Amino acid sequence: MKRVNTMLAAWTAATMLFLYLPIAILIGFSFNTSRLNIVWQGFTLEWYAAIWRDAVLVKSLENSLYIASVTTAISVVLGTAGAWLLYRYRFPGARMWQTLIFVPMLVPEVIMGVSLLIFFVVIHLELGFTSIVISHVTFCFPFVLVAVQARLAGLDPALEEAAMDLGATPVGAFRRVLVPYLMPAIISGALMSFTLSLDELIVTYFTASAGTRTLPLEIFGRVKKGLDPTLNAISTVFILFTAVLVVTTELLKRRGTSLASEPPQP
Amino acid sequence: MRQELTSFDGGTAIRQRRASPMAWLLAAPLFAWVVAFVVAPTLIMLVYSLCERGTLGGVVYHFTWENYAAVADPTYLNILVRSVVFSLVTTLACLVMGYPVAFYIGRAPEARRNLLLMLVMIPFWTSFLIRTYAWVTILKSEGLLNSVLLQVGMITQPFEMLYTPGAVILGLVYTFLPFMILPIYTSVEKLDNALIEAAFDLGAGPVRAFSKVIVPMTSPGITAGILLVFVPALGLYAVNDILGGGKVDMIGNIIENQFKGSARNWPFGAALGMTLVVAFAAALWYTGRRPRTA
Repeated sequence: MKRVNTMLAAWTAATMLFLYLPIAILIGFSFNTSRLNIVWQGFTLEWYAAIWRDAVLVKSLENSLYIASVTTAISVVLGTAGAWLLYRYRFPGARMWQTLIFVPMLVPEVIMGVSLLIFFVVIHLELGFTSIVISHVTFCFPFVLVAVQARLAGLDPALEEAAMDLGATPVGAFRRVLVPYLMPAIISGALMSFTLSLDELIVTYFTASAGTRTLPLEIFGRVKKGLDPTLNAISTVFILFTAVLVVTTELLKRRGTSLASEPPQP
Repeated sequence: MRQELTSFDGGTAIRQRRASPMAWLLAAPLFAWVVAFVVAPTLIMLVYSLCERGTLGGVVYHFTWENYAAVADPTYLNILVRSVVFSLVTTLACLVMGYPVAFYIGRAPEARRNLLLMLVMIPFWTSFLIRTYAWVTILKSEGLLNSVLLQVGMITQPFEMLYTPGAVILGLVYTFLPFMILPIYTSVEKLDNALIEAAFDLGAGPVRAFSKVIVPMTSPGITAGILLVFVPALGLYAVNDILGGGKVDMIGNIIENQFKGSARNWPFGAALGMTLVVAFAAALWYTGRRPRTA
């Protein structure tokens, strides 16, 4: 049994190496003086500075941040309210709704992109920020909903009832008691949807217009052309951002579970 | 995080009230959103797939099966088969590579488990575009791997690793590996130690304990992992674009070409899309049908 465990540990270590070595190389070359990502020549921050001099790249980053912010705001409202309503009330066909909400999390992006593109053309909505945000919310809010649902599953129902016994309206109880309790889940859901929106390539590709190119679209266009250390630099920023997000979400979740047994602070 | 995907039950059903008119009103935006942007687009795509192609890239609302007949054309059937093969190989490789990792993480002491879990989550949440780009540096013929191999004398001439089917599958495995590890981990974590010990006490060897006890008990995670890898891998044409260099097409590339590329045949693209929808629905149905032990 011990030998099996050692083998598993070695396998896991090798897999982690497989997962992280390419990322490490990518990050390493973002600090390399050479334009060609082959040999190490010397340390530089030149490529990070180059991002800011590249007006097209900066514009696409602005587009992406704007889209991700609006998407996140709508997703948080839709996801949190949705999770609470599905938890609190018995809707006919609740299972079907739940599955339909899940579909965009799982469906291949190309299907979502194509079907939304046809849809926008049929309803005569011009492609642009609106069409991108609608598309992004559609696959982002389910992540908020799922995160909030997971936390609701551990909720003591007495909490909400106590609030109402003490004279709070259902909406008041929701706002004053539930929202603080759900906050860790709402924040981690919001972080997830922000990242998903910021990273999304394929759905955006189908639903964007020429004037609303996002950062992933811009990166994709350049990656197909070949190597470019500026891409390494911007990728590094993205990877660090994602790492911070994951660590924050995990810490929130852990704090969330330890708080689950105690009443939340009003 | 996405491990909640392994259960489709949603929240617990305790203390639910019947939906009041007020509740319906509050839930209306949610239901409307899903109907408008998930259900309606799929139905419209279905309608398009049964329409004729118009001149100038539009559609003529005239019923035809022609687009589905075209999907079955040997040219496209070949591409479809190739895509399925690529996806299957990717799924299998992820399962073989990922299962032991998920198992190890699930059985590790808590501190190590949390650390390893986070190490899987970071690539899980990092854009596949960036992670695929990382491989371009390594695989290019004047790239890192070739120069290392030349240096140590294992090869005398750099050879083309990028723009090969192998590179595409490598990229897909690299992209989807975390999607296999996480759901399996969720199942492993729920495994009851006593059951495994009981299997050993009753005389099962490691192989039998694994195949008769551990695999069946983690099958919900395995099924979810396959669902999260197989169908998405069918559609992720961008990895093929970057690492395959457009040499061989996958079904996603053909779809993309019908809408944004030079082919401009929306009804045919819609028919190809519907083929993927059916594959996806079948996978979803299969997953939902399985009895869940955990």
